[in-house]
Amino acid sequence: MPGPGDRGGRERPKNARGALRRILDYLMNYKYAVLLLVILALFCNLGNLLGPTFAGKAINAISPGKGKVDFDTVIHYALLMLIVYVASNLLQFLVSIGMMRISKKVAARMRDDVFQKLQTLPVSYFDRNQAGDIMSRVSYDIDVVATSLGTDVVQIITSLITVAGSFIMMCVISLPLTGCMLVTIPFSVIYTSRMRRKTRPLYARRSAAYGEMNGFVEEMFTGQKTILAYAHEEAVSRQYDQVNRNAADAYARADGMGMTMGPTMGFINNLGLSLIGMTGAFLYLYEIVSLGQISSFILYSRKFSGPVNEIANIINEIFSALAASERIFRLLDEAEEPADAKDAGDLSEVRGDVEFKNVSFGYVPGKTILHDLSLTAQQGKMIAIVGPTGAGKSTIINLLMRFYDVDKGAIYIDGNEILCIKRDSLRRSFAMVLQDTWLFRGTMFENIAYGKENASREEVIRAARAAKIHNYIMRLPKGYDTIISEDGGNISKGQKQLLTIARAMLYDTSMLILDEATSNVDTNTERAVQKAMRNLMKDKTSFVIAHRLATIQNADLILVIDHGDVVEKGTHEDLMKKRGFYYKMYASQFE
Amino acid sequence: MRFIFSYMKRLWGRIAAGMSIKLIGTLTELALPYILEHIIDDLVPLKQMDKIMLWGLLMIIVAVATWQINVFANRIAIKNARQVSYEVRRDLFNRTLGLSGNQFDDFSLPSLISRMTSDSYNVQSFVQVFQTLCIRAPITMIGGIIIALTMDRMLASILCIMLPILLLVIIGVSVLSIPLYNLVQQRLDDLVRILRENITGIRVVKALSKRDYEIRRFQQANEHMKKTDIKASTVLALPGPFMQLCLNIGLTLVVYFGAVRVNEGLAKPGVVLAFLTYFNMIIQGAMAFTRIFTMLSKAAASADRIALVIQAPETQPVLAKEVTKKPEDDELIRFEHVNFSYGSMDAESDRELCLKDISFSIRKGESLGIIGPTGCGKTTIINLLMRFYDVPDGGVYVGGRDVRTWDKDELRRKFGIAMQNDVVFHDTIRGNISFGRDVGNEQVEFAAENAMASEYIKGLNGKYDFMVDMKGMNLSGGQRQRLLVARALAADPEILILDDSSSALDYQTDAALRKALGTFYPDTTKIIVAQRVSSIQNMTRILVLDNGQCIGYGTHEELLATCDMYRDIYQTQMGALA
Repeated sequence: MPGPGDRGGRERPKNARGALRRILDYLMNYKYAVLLLVILALFCNLGNLLGPTFAGKAINAISPGKGKVDFDTVIHYALLMLIVYVASNLLQFLVSIGMMRISKKVAARMRDDVFQKLQTLPVSYFDRNQAGDIMSRVSYDIDVVATSLGTDVVQIITSLITVAGSFIMMCVISLPLTGCMLVTIPFSVIYTSRMRRKTRPLYARRSAAYGEMNGFVEEMFTGQKTILAYAHEEAVSRQYDQVNRNAADAYARADGMGMTMGPTMGFINNLGLSLIGMTGAFLYLYEIVSLGQISSFILYSRKFSGPVNEIANIINEIFSALAASERIFRLLDEAEEPADAKDAGDLSEVRGDVEFKNVSFGYVPGKTILHDLSLTAQQGKMIAIVGPTGAGKSTIINLLMRFYDVDKGAIYIDGNEILCIKRDSLRRSFAMVLQDTWLFRGTMFENIAYGKENASREEVIRAARAAKIHNYIMRLPKGYDTIISEDGGNISKGQKQLLTIARAMLYDTSMLILDEATSNVDTNTERAVQKAMRNLMKDKTSFVIAHRLATIQNADLILVIDHGDVVEKGTHEDLMKKRGFYYKMYASQFE
Repeated sequence: MRFIFSYMKRLWGRIAAGMSIKLIGTLTELALPYILEHIIDDLVPLKQMDKIMLWGLLMIIVAVATWQINVFANRIAIKNARQVSYEVRRDLFNRTLGLSGNQFDDFSLPSLISRMTSDSYNVQSFVQVFQTLCIRAPITMIGGIIIALTMDRMLASILCIMLPILLLVIIGVSVLSIPLYNLVQQRLDDLVRILRENITGIRVVKALSKRDYEIRRFQQANEHMKKTDIKASTVLALPGPFMQLCLNIGLTLVVYFGAVRVNEGLAKPGVVLAFLTYFNMIIQGAMAFTRIFTMLSKAAASADRIALVIQAPETQPVLAKEVTKKPEDDELIRFEHVNFSYGSMDAESDRELCLKDISFSIRKGESLGIIGPTGCGKTTIINLLMRFYDVPDGGVYVGGRDVRTWDKDELRRKFGIAMQNDVVFHDTIRGNISFGRDVGNEQVEFAAENAMASEYIKGLNGKYDFMVDMKGMNLSGGQRQRLLVARALAADPEILILDDSSSALDYQTDAALRKALGTFYPDTTKIIVAQRVSSIQNMTRILVLDNGQCIGYGTHEELLATCDMYRDIYQTQMGALA
């Protein structure tokens, strides 16, 4: 999640034009509404520009002084002023609400697009990228783009009109006074661009310092007990003091510099005003301008310098919005899971014969994890895969489910090469329980029934009973309607595993994958669950990965994997007799 | 809110100085239009060019002064905000580190982190803005009104009628929008949650072909979010144009009534012109007030959240030896009839007990194994021993003293511990093992050797200087566990605690680790929590827990003979050989 540190750091987009075009594509969905709003914005500005003219004319009619005020003219222009102003304020309200609505709709559409895109990305994308990073695209980047769309677009249009319009009006009123005004412009421009160059690295450093601090805080709070356990508080506190000081200094430096901008721009404006005052007085002496003209000129000069001062800010905002949109578009451009082959078929009536033929695979090119692996699993058999940590056990599962595709060789199910089977169909033929249990925020019932739409209460309860979690659920105050919090923080690791096992049991498939599915469950429960599972999966092929060798002793075939090769295979008895790798692993349990 | 002010009070001298300077700057700024009006109204008709130039020059000088004074004042304000936020964060961080287990659980980790990051940021912004806007807004507003009143009371009264209406609308809108924005935040949280669930569970979603279902679920949440967001933003879009409207109506009224007054000879034409300027200023003051108002409500909420942590009472004071009970015997570690449940003591009392009447003792150099089903209270025993939580009932004794009489650091330094959900820090391997203690390189490497970690460490790029990512993301589960065990061993602790620290290790590594512990740390008192019987069967005594109760306590052989559950676990795990 982005912290406050991200606010100051302005970035430059790499391909501004490309990003802009794609944002416009999103806007094109509302092109008529946008067009209408732009026209309304034009009128609104026109009103704002006409106002001061009328005010000036009214003041002119006042100027002759006591007893000589031309009331008809005053009332006439005062009324015009009122109408023009009220109308333009109403329009302004309509325009800002309209743009806001469009920008929120664009944001919602972008979020939908990103989410749908995520669903098509290969698993490897999620293994490579951090969850927090992906989420900040949706929650933060899209928000930046939407905010910019909602305010900057209108602001640019109105600023342009205001600047151009007031400039014309100023010229019309008095050219010499306009000249005075223009003298100050180069100062503003040079000053703002210089300041921008100066402050940008400072703000970048501020962002970095805040980012570092937030990271440090998160890490240390996560490890609070560890720090306490080692009586390490003082050292951590000292370390934090340094990080904290850095962040505070970076803030003071960046904002200290940034805070000089306001007064300086104010000074330049005031300088312009005093010039106008003196020159105006001079011109009035020679009866070149009237008092009313000076007053409306001052009003216009305020309108003129306002947006000019703001332009630097707007440009910064637009740039950071473009940079944010580039990050979104980069995600939308990620390579998807390749489409299923054209002639890919569905698996039907799966028997569950699985064969790996000379499979080689590595996550990173050049770093092969499985070398020329071959194995066969016959229908209804239980295949156990054992071996030291990091030997490539989970990789086999990744390939079988086509979360990754083999580099060399092929995998067959019932004689069909899996590359020729539709992914959905292939994956649906497996029930899977993984080491990292996954639950979502929802009731116990919803979590168990997740794999099977329209599962009945009875079915869910039957699965929960078989997974030995029913009694636990019934003890909760709301039973199956108890909400599991997002990270399942309110239940233990072992109970989470049992819930996912119940989910898999409900999911009627011909093949089953258990990857360290019961590592956090105590042995007795594990045995009971397995028995139920075996019953349920009587005629189904199952793949079981486990550290505890006792849990897989009954397997029909045990594959011992080491460094990506099958080093031994056979039943428990065979392997024990062999006194090889498996025997050693087994015996080490008792040392 | 009082909380922030208590921090600002420490800097009151500097804050007062900064704000006084700001006050001067604001006053000179207000003088500028006055000078302009004077030139046009009084001097021009006199046709004295030299005086006009003189006053023009004065205006420029005042402008320069305003500029410099404001820059100076802003700098001071930033420095003060820096100091306040630095101190708030420091105190918050240190207090959070010292929270008791119960307090930490009650606040919850994500909430503590966001108090530290976004809440402290809000406070900082507030302190900064407070020092600048809080001078400017009232001065421009009240000052503008006063000057306007002295210039022409009748015209000024138009302002005075508008202001309350404006303020009412602004306050009304803020009051309306706060709950709406809370709702938007909730909807966004929902959305992000679904997203996170899908990212972490992508394998399951794909395996079960739930893509379309998840997309529907997300779209629904997205739609909700959009609608709420639009509603909230619509309400918030009101004040801006409304204020403009008020300003413009006021302007028109000033022009009309100004005309009347001028005609009656009660006002000069230039006054009307100056009025337009002051009018603008007053409205800007009012706008700044609304900004202060929204900021204040945001900052106040944040400050409250921070204050709750910093002012959290010390719930685990170190007790005097006299007030606590003496243990019946003086073994190194002793539990006497301990009952315990998590959660605040004052919460509902029928909370399920995590530990029921647990008693055991360990002499120096002995070892204890703890085994039992998931969630039976194994880790809780460790939490009590380290005094992360206090027991309401029964006694926990270390070295013949109630743990509550030990200085916490002194108590904890006796231990070397690898916890179940322990944390690997973003630091070198060496730094993670020595962990701020006075531990030499040899000791670090010796510990790594015995924790079966040296082999993989030597394979890492940079070996002991290899930088571990946050939360140890660039190490495997087994590598992390061994690193944690090395940390526990490094300072050669009096008591070693390994809480399920070998679950990710295969049996061979686990066995080698146990052997090394026996060989190289024979005199260390050990407590080992495990799922596997093989990890603990050689311990002096073993405690078998089930549902918070002790159902067996004795040596491996005794338990095999007397404890059904233990025998059962053993036989299941040992399979054929047992």
